[in-house]
Amino acid sequence: MDIHHLVEMANNIGAFFAAEPDKAKGAQGVASHIKSFWEPRMRREILSYVDEKSGEGLSELVLSALRTHRKELTP
Amino acid sequence: MQSIIANDLGTPERKSGKSISLEVNGVQVTVPEGSSVMYAANVAGMKVPKLCATDNLEPFGSCRLCLVEIDGRRGYPASCTTPAEAGMKIRTESPKLADLRRGVMELYISDHPLDCLTCPANGHCELQDMAGVVGLREVRYGYDGKNHLHEQKDESNPYFTFDPSKCIVCSRCVRACEEVQGTFALTIDGRGFNSHISPGQMQPFIDSECVSCGACVQACPTSTLMEKSIYEMGQPDRTVTTTCAYCGVGCSFIAEIKGNSVVRMVPNKNGMANHGHSCVKGRFAFGYTTHPDRILKPMVRQSIDDRWKEVSWEEAIAHTASEFKRIQQKYGRSSVGAITSSRCTNEETFLVQKMVRAAFGNNNVDTCARVCHSPTGYGLKTTLGTSAGTQAFDSVMDADVIFIIGANPTDAHPVFASQMKRRLREGATLIVADPRAIDLIRTPPHIEASHHLQLRPGTNVALINGIAHVIVTEGLANDAYANERCEPQEYQTWKDFVSQPKYSPEAVEKITGVPADTIRGAARLYAKGPNSAIYYGLGVTEHSQGSTMVIGMANLSMATGNMGREGVGVNPLRGQNNVQGACDMGSFPHELSGYRHISDAKTRELFEKEWGVKLDAEPGLRIPNMFDAALDGSYKGMYIQGEDFVQSDPNTQHIEAALRNMECIVVQDLFLNETAKFAHVFLPGSTFLEKDGTYTNAERRIQLIRKAIPPVAGKADWEITMDLSNALGYPMQYDHPSQIMDEIARLTPTFAGVSFEKLDKLGSVQWPCNDSAPEGTPTMHIGKFVRGKGHFVLTEYVATDERTSSRFPLILTTGRILSQYNVGAQTRRTENVMWHEEDILEIHPHDAEHRGVIDGAWVSVASRAGEIVLRARVSERIQPGVVYTTFHHPDTGTNVITTENSDWATNCPEYKVTAVEVTPVSKLSVWQEHYREFTDQQEALLPGKMGS
Repeated sequence: MDIHHLVEMANNIGAFFAAEPDKAKGAQGVASHIKSFWEPRMRREILSYVDEKSGEGLSELVLSALRTHRKELTP
Repeated sequence: MQSIIANDLGTPERKSGKSISLEVNGVQVTVPEGSSVMYAANVAGMKVPKLCATDNLEPFGSCRLCLVEIDGRRGYPASCTTPAEAGMKIRTESPKLADLRRGVMELYISDHPLDCLTCPANGHCELQDMAGVVGLREVRYGYDGKNHLHEQKDESNPYFTFDPSKCIVCSRCVRACEEVQGTFALTIDGRGFNSHISPGQMQPFIDSECVSCGACVQACPTSTLMEKSIYEMGQPDRTVTTTCAYCGVGCSFIAEIKGNSVVRMVPNKNGMANHGHSCVKGRFAFGYTTHPDRILKPMVRQSIDDRWKEVSWEEAIAHTASEFKRIQQKYGRSSVGAITSSRCTNEETFLVQKMVRAAFGNNNVDTCARVCHSPTGYGLKTTLGTSAGTQAFDSVMDADVIFIIGANPTDAHPVFASQMKRRLREGATLIVADPRAIDLIRTPPHIEASHHLQLRPGTNVALINGIAHVIVTEGLANDAYANERCEPQEYQTWKDFVSQPKYSPEAVEKITGVPADTIRGAARLYAKGPNSAIYYGLGVTEHSQGSTMVIGMANLSMATGNMGREGVGVNPLRGQNNVQGACDMGSFPHELSGYRHISDAKTRELFEKEWGVKLDAEPGLRIPNMFDAALDGSYKGMYIQGEDFVQSDPNTQHIEAALRNMECIVVQDLFLNETAKFAHVFLPGSTFLEKDGTYTNAERRIQLIRKAIPPVAGKADWEITMDLSNALGYPMQYDHPSQIMDEIARLTPTFAGVSFEKLDKLGSVQWPCNDSAPEGTPTMHIGKFVRGKGHFVLTEYVATDERTSSRFPLILTTGRILSQYNVGAQTRRTENVMWHEEDILEIHPHDAEHRGVIDGAWVSVASRAGEIVLRARVSERIQPGVVYTTFHHPDTGTNVITTENSDWATNCPEYKVTAVEVTPVSKLSVWQEHYREFTDQQEALLPGKMGS
């Protein structure tokens, strides 16, 4: 999968949940959305990207969501 | 000519809580107050002779044939225009009445060609019938007087003929055009003997405002307006009631058939979605079903450069199953998937997703709703609790304010648009939010929007937040409703959110281009209601914030208390006939039927028990993800039922590259469509006329389609899927689609009460249909929302990543037109091409002048994704800085230039916003040249064609 596309998709999700005043709740929203709608290979690749490239290009909220909720996001 | 099985009550049925009783020819009859004497007589079983009256038009009283006698009244009133009153005693037959009627008929017949035996309406002509009914035996005036018998026919319309020599000037066509269609294209020109029907300003039909809906043809009591198909084929001898396979309105039709040939499609007066009306597509554009381009035998090939080989059904199915098994063995279980179609039936889409989940063993199934209304599903489920519109179409007749956002109903949902126009003529007010001036902004003589919010493409969410800001800050919200029906804390948080200065009308004007005062005016009007209804289309969903906008509209509706009764709500206008149904049936990779997430163990268990197989709990790939996975080599096989994403999905070149990287693409379709040119297996599909099943329209109405003729290629689509599943090793055995619906009902709570037997009996039902609502649910969220409390969600405006620049300074937005349908695979193979033979670029005069573009010239439209060339139309319909085109013709390649930007929640593509530049050119684009070459090459590879 094109990682740049996945990063863009994740950031778009993050931009929606950024409206949530409670940042932890926003991160939970991002994680739940990715868990609900991303096929496992997409989740694996974005998590690997966080590991290998420190999530370069991912918004702060998305990065926080992926790191905080890593366990539930891992297929 | 009405349907050959029509039962005409003469004047419309009146809705009234009060009934009255009267006596007709000594028979007591009870009818709703407001009914006509003619209606009462018909209900009593007494046919009154008539010519100008018909029960889908208001009474007119011109033919003087329906005269009756009423005790205590002088004279002989026309029964069509005389209201029935309690206690009336009416006689429909007497010597005097017979004498009067014969006199009227004599006058009619003295100026009518007596060519009944060669007339296309012979046997179904109301004039002929009435001559018989009144006992006409002679015409004392003779036939040599001044007459209209030599008037010339108007054959300009491709579908019907206007023969003025047979016209009795009853005005039914004129009134049908006004009352039913709302176009006002016809008039009676002249006076007295010179009175005649005139399309437009004495123009041929084709040059007038006529939209070819067929209402006038249906209304005509003679053969003055008559389908050319009846001239050519003769009259039909049997009928099958079925449902249109074009847009999401879901019009019910009576297919009139001779042998195994459909002669004509007549809109069904009992159809609950269309009430006897139709549009040019459903009424006339069915010629594709017998078009010679149809492929009628299964075909296979190893590579897309190989010649197609015709094979038996058994061989094609065995080969396909073997390929999918090989791919899964080599690349893994998740390397294959399928796409269901909104064109196919509920039963067919249900079977495809079942096959994917049970036979492929994964959840890689998606549907074309991905690229149109997937944000509707997400947004409405999030806020209200279910992925569907809230109202029936008829609800619009109770709306006081109609707010159309990003939809063009007169082109894309014309039959519902006619109903909407009826309500507007009655006095409802209209707000339109659209970058382009759609016809409903101003349609003389009676339609004019109070506000046109002509926003910049991509700024919907800012606009809805601005409207919410006005409503909340001016105290126009319905706090009592929202606090009771929704989560109060969330409601307060939302109010605080939209009240921020950044969403004030002045701030929003800077983003959207819509003047602050217009935003205020529209917001106040919507809030004032009292019944305000939102209708929206792809101008909402096909954006990077498509889901956010759907949520924003639901928020607004809840905040103003416009939910849970007639005349209000949030109503998606679905593009295709079965978008709603395809989504309901579990076509999405994360959901089983009834919108239940695949990760829900209890739901999975229910299906596992019924299907006898373990299901994967993880969501599968969505369509755009499938292309990405194909490019990275992890997705290699795909079964595509009735979809043509090479033409319809964005960034064509990206898709083509993905498909070229796959090993087994199976296309099940009617034609060698654009996707099939990349396929390895072709399975010939069946049209809606060739199978049984159900469609669910935009108002959640489930309706039967019935097999009118046998499948031309031998199998209905559900049979093909069943065969494939069996060959894959997962057994399926159904004898009829009704058994599939029974299974759907067992597994899907909202469909629990649905069966073919019930649909046959009731005509249709709107889901939810279960023990709580055995005859369905026209209006949702009455008393409480499906999810319990309404859920307000914050909708921050986020500008799209697709930005204009000095290189791409214009925004392209795409849409549809009346005569063509989606990728045009069907309508391009009908006479509808007469109205739209190519896609055209609309460009504002300022932008055109700046670029040296003149009307009708070839222009290049280039984006970051690609370049196409098409003709320009200089038009003020579109605002400066924005250009517009359609995507109905594959050789245009509109989606070569659209991008992969998509809705954050659902990946629905952002078709509505593409930064482009327009320049005058004199030759096709590189892609278009390549397309022509590739198409020629692929067509030459078909059996029987000379190949290179």
